[in-house]
Amino acid sequence: MTASGPSLRLLPRVDDENRFFWTGGADGRLRFQRCAVCAHFVHPPAPRCPFCLADGLRPEPVSGRALVESFTVNHQQWIPGSDPYIVAWVSIVEQPDVRLTTNLVGVEPDDLRVGMEVVVEFEQQDDVYLPLFRPTSAPS
Amino acid sequence: MTRPRPEDRIERRAAISGIGQSQVGRRLYRSDLDLTVEAALAAIEDAGLTRDDIDGISTYPGMGIGTPGFSGPGTPEVQDALRLRVGWHDGGGEGPAQIRAVIAACLAVGAGLARHVLVYRTVTESTAQGSGGRQGIGGGGGGGGVPRFSGFLQWYLPFGAVSAVNWIALVAQRRMHEFGLTRRQLGQIAVNARRNAALNDRAVYRDPMTLDDYLAARMISTPLCLLDCDAPCDGSTAVIVSRAEHASDAPHPLCHVNAVGTALRGRPSWDQFDDMTSMAARDAASSMWERTELTPADVEVAQLYDGFSILTMVWLEALGFCGRGESGAFVEDGTAIARDGALPLNTAGGQLSGGRLHGFGLLHEACLQLRGEAGERQVPGRNGSHPEVAVVANGGGPIAGSLLLTRGPG
Repeated sequence: MTASGPSLRLLPRVDDENRFFWTGGADGRLRFQRCAVCAHFVHPPAPRCPFCLADGLRPEPVSGRALVESFTVNHQQWIPGSDPYIVAWVSIVEQPDVRLTTNLVGVEPDDLRVGMEVVVEFEQQDDVYLPLFRPTSAPS
Repeated sequence: MTRPRPEDRIERRAAISGIGQSQVGRRLYRSDLDLTVEAALAAIEDAGLTRDDIDGISTYPGMGIGTPGFSGPGTPEVQDALRLRVGWHDGGGEGPAQIRAVIAACLAVGAGLARHVLVYRTVTESTAQGSGGRQGIGGGGGGGGVPRFSGFLQWYLPFGAVSAVNWIALVAQRRMHEFGLTRRQLGQIAVNARRNAALNDRAVYRDPMTLDDYLAARMISTPLCLLDCDAPCDGSTAVIVSRAEHASDAPHPLCHVNAVGTALRGRPSWDQFDDMTSMAARDAASSMWERTELTPADVEVAQLYDGFSILTMVWLEALGFCGRGESGAFVEDGTAIARDGALPLNTAGGQLSGGRLHGFGLLHEACLQLRGEAGERQVPGRNGSHPEVAVVANGGGPIAGSLLLTRGPG
């Protein structure tokens, strides 16, 4: 059976720059910075829009829908006690050059394919809500 | 990206006048400084110099960066151990991959800051892992609980993407999707390395290995198995980068620096880089070819980074030895990259079988081949005795640098 992730989640240090991203899942919404001037989404968080350099970035919810760009099944026991789990790159449908490294859940390795449509769900660990992704065709 | 004026290509003033390597092996239980001094003295002697001639020093990365056994001693320790008086000194972990230390030295001698620079890269990762076991991440909190992570690692570690092999496996899988790359093709990089390591008495893995052995190896992070990953080892490699006009009486043929590859035009990130199949190798390689009249067809031996087998495939394409997406077919039957093939590759066993000397083992071998001193594994080049042009490439993902070397002045 494929696990949803490693046996121990190593967590981000939440600060003023990344809080919206790592805690935004509390209401079930995935958020990215977006530029109020040129409308680009920006990731990871930046002090200014790296496209137009405007000082107008603010967090904005996205649909949570994404496409799988690549995947790997990790077998090595970097973190002892871990069953194999899937690490993936996904791109958000709103802007394909915004990618996340994440875990895929609700899917077995033999069914993985690039281009698979997935949707975000969150796994809470302390104050952090980790965005994981599940195929839209898979029951949650 | 403008082409440099010929007179601005100051790396052409540099040549590698001497090379040296310490004992290399698994769990040597020698200090990194001890190994470095051994390699440095060998390189200085090989260049026909004494330590009084050395007026520059450079390394990657030094100063305790990274996991245990990774960094090697910093330049202050080595400078002091050899009591060098330097006009220029440099170290660090940022820049165009491990070979950045060599590139920096080329620029220093080109700018007249030094005449003879000692450049070294030292690892004691095998001993470090033997002493403490392979560190489980997060297991050493010492009562303070599991640490939290900032910076770029925060985007990977929470998802168990804790090793570079996870990050690069995503590139490999993407290449399977876009280009039809197969594990049998990947395996040729590992099998070729092992075949060459058999002729290198410093290599850490020399037992014969077949493609079936490769296919049967345990998975680490699909599609990469244990034999796609390089072998941690202990060892130090040193080279002397000289201003060529001050090395004309060196006892061995000079390896002239023809061009350096340093560019990073995409985003400096494992998961945000625009092209998920090439990453920074694309930019470093293209910037190198912008600085030379030579072309990929002129290269007679290639030492391409193989921290993971897939990285070598990426470099083959980035450097133009085959088209984008064609490296799988290029290596498929193993003949093109064999020592008697069109492009002899990683002729000392690379890092997969030679040991993870972290880019500098590849550089050392390129120099031996150009000098015609590679013994049993010497490739003949087009003139029948030694190659005239070699390429060395270091790094993977968003980290890449390359070096084009010629036996005579370019």
